[in-house]
Amino acid sequence: MSTQEVVIDNGVNIEAILGAREALTETPAAAAFIWRASSEWVSGTQTRSTVEKFFGLGEEHSHRQTFVYDTDHPEVFASEDNGSTPVEMVLVGLSGCLGAGIATVAQNRGIQLRSVKTTLEAPMDLAGILGIDGDVRNGFETITVRYEIDADASEEDIKAIVAQSQKRSAVFDIVTNPTDVNVQVNKV
Amino acid sequence: MSTQPRKSVTSSVDVVVIGAGQSGLAMSRFLGERSIEHVVFERGEVANSWRTERWDSLRLLTPNWQSTLPGYKYAGPEPDAYMSMAEVVDFISGYATFTRAPVRTGIEVQSLSPVDGGYRVDTNDGSWSARAVVIASGAFNVPIIPKVSAGIPAHIQQVSAHDYRSPNSFRPGGVLVVGASATGLQLADEIQASGRPVTLAVGEHVRMPRVYRGRDIQYWMHATGLLDEYYKDFDDLNRVRSLPSPQLIGTADRTTLDLNRLSRNGARLTGRLMGVRDGNLQFSGSLRNVCSLADLKMGRLLDSIDEWIDMNGAAEARFPVERFAPTDTGAAACLGIDLGAGAISTIVWATGFRPDYSWLDVPVLDRKGYIRHDGGVVDAPGMYVLGLPFMRRRKSSFMHGAEDDARDLSEHLAVYLDRHGRRGSLKLAI
Repeated sequence: MSTQEVVIDNGVNIEAILGAREALTETPAAAAFIWRASSEWVSGTQTRSTVEKFFGLGEEHSHRQTFVYDTDHPEVFASEDNGSTPVEMVLVGLSGCLGAGIATVAQNRGIQLRSVKTTLEAPMDLAGILGIDGDVRNGFETITVRYEIDADASEEDIKAIVAQSQKRSAVFDIVTNPTDVNVQVNKV
Repeated sequence: MSTQPRKSVTSSVDVVVIGAGQSGLAMSRFLGERSIEHVVFERGEVANSWRTERWDSLRLLTPNWQSTLPGYKYAGPEPDAYMSMAEVVDFISGYATFTRAPVRTGIEVQSLSPVDGGYRVDTNDGSWSARAVVIASGAFNVPIIPKVSAGIPAHIQQVSAHDYRSPNSFRPGGVLVVGASATGLQLADEIQASGRPVTLAVGEHVRMPRVYRGRDIQYWMHATGLLDEYYKDFDDLNRVRSLPSPQLIGTADRTTLDLNRLSRNGARLTGRLMGVRDGNLQFSGSLRNVCSLADLKMGRLLDSIDEWIDMNGAAEARFPVERFAPTDTGAAACLGIDLGAGAISTIVWATGFRPDYSWLDVPVLDRKGYIRHDGGVVDAPGMYVLGLPFMRRRKSSFMHGAEDDARDLSEHLAVYLDRHGRRGSLKLAI
């Protein structure tokens, strides 16, 4: 038996998260967040989106800086390729969300992560978005996420972390479950 | 609740116990042992919910040897079998006779309200005052039907697990069972066997084998101490209290009922039912993950049993360690069903139950309508609740869980009455 205490540090402040969880259980209204993005069409298939402000804990917040993302389409679509495609951004969002969850769950379970690498793959039949076949959906047919994880834990424990991360992931929920989308238009 | 003018209080008693099921009768037994004056109100007959609100084929999820109540236990010839509803009713009724519990049947509590020094209990047969009240009216009174049900087209028959009795009342055609707890799986299995094609919508669930290393899984849950786990030892009580019932069924051959068996028999699995749009059912793409969560969790349960057997040098070490095939979710996920296409004619909601507190006029409910309590001690003086899932222990909502909880709370209640001038002890003092 070693008496040395092993410090698990995945760079996650788990005490702050558990504290926030407790506080938000007591004051449910503070848990109501609103996320925002604003975008402007640049040219062709290119759009520039910015992310700056969000609402939560009863007040407005700003990110430490404004983040700017360009989306476009590749040259095989006869586009300029000035950014990743929007559907790739969905994969980026999913991977970012699951990654945050994995680090947090691992920290909470006292498991040190050494490396977490992910590849995401999502087949899509363009017959959908091009209107060639009405039976083909526009979106991904499936999404496959493959993890390579090096951590101080058994394979079962690592699988359990990834499963728990999916269970608690906002983007996993957004892509697996329907969302009521309300698009409004004003002529200016 | 009642809009009629209030009649004056006609009777008074130290303690009113509401409900003569296993919890109310166990409490009555302990109150009797302490010579605490009390009465048990029962809206129907003893064991009313078991008599009138369960489906025909249901059997207990716990084996007979586990059916115990304070000073009473199963004494029949089949300790490893599972009681039918008729047998449960006999068992609990036998207990009421054995304990000579002061049960008043056919008394429905219409309103429970606070008054100076206690509570006023208005019933269909007069009003009572009580210094303390024990709510033992059950945790599974009302079916929880998700909001998506409102969008189901009118030509689809909808049945809740509360109203379901057998598949015989169903129209011909396919059946969607929503929910993968013990209830959902049992109904899906029985409906599939009746010849109707079944689709089962699966959210988070708890998977376990019926028998493991020669013993009923309930034996292991008991032996390893899981069933006695105490509520104060959990940081996240909400989570453990809202766990669905484990996928178990009580049959003569002690069979394991899991999603793999249902799929093998032809049932189609989908993710959780999330919405209905333009007559199309929308299912979650999370089926793989909820199955993976349940498979991993079952693995951890079996690991802990194996460890216990090793540590204790138990005789069951002669049975080999076993691991079960992961849940097969099929090659292609079913994400939607067009209700106009005719494949589904009936939807069965096996989406849980909740207690009915419509008669409770004491401000003790949280924002979701559940009683605020600390291990059954309700957030109102002299008020107690019994029989809720994981109320004090993991076994709280099971038949055999009534004893320890009722003993604890009767002790608390006795102290409360002593501090607040127990009528019985006053009489003795005179």
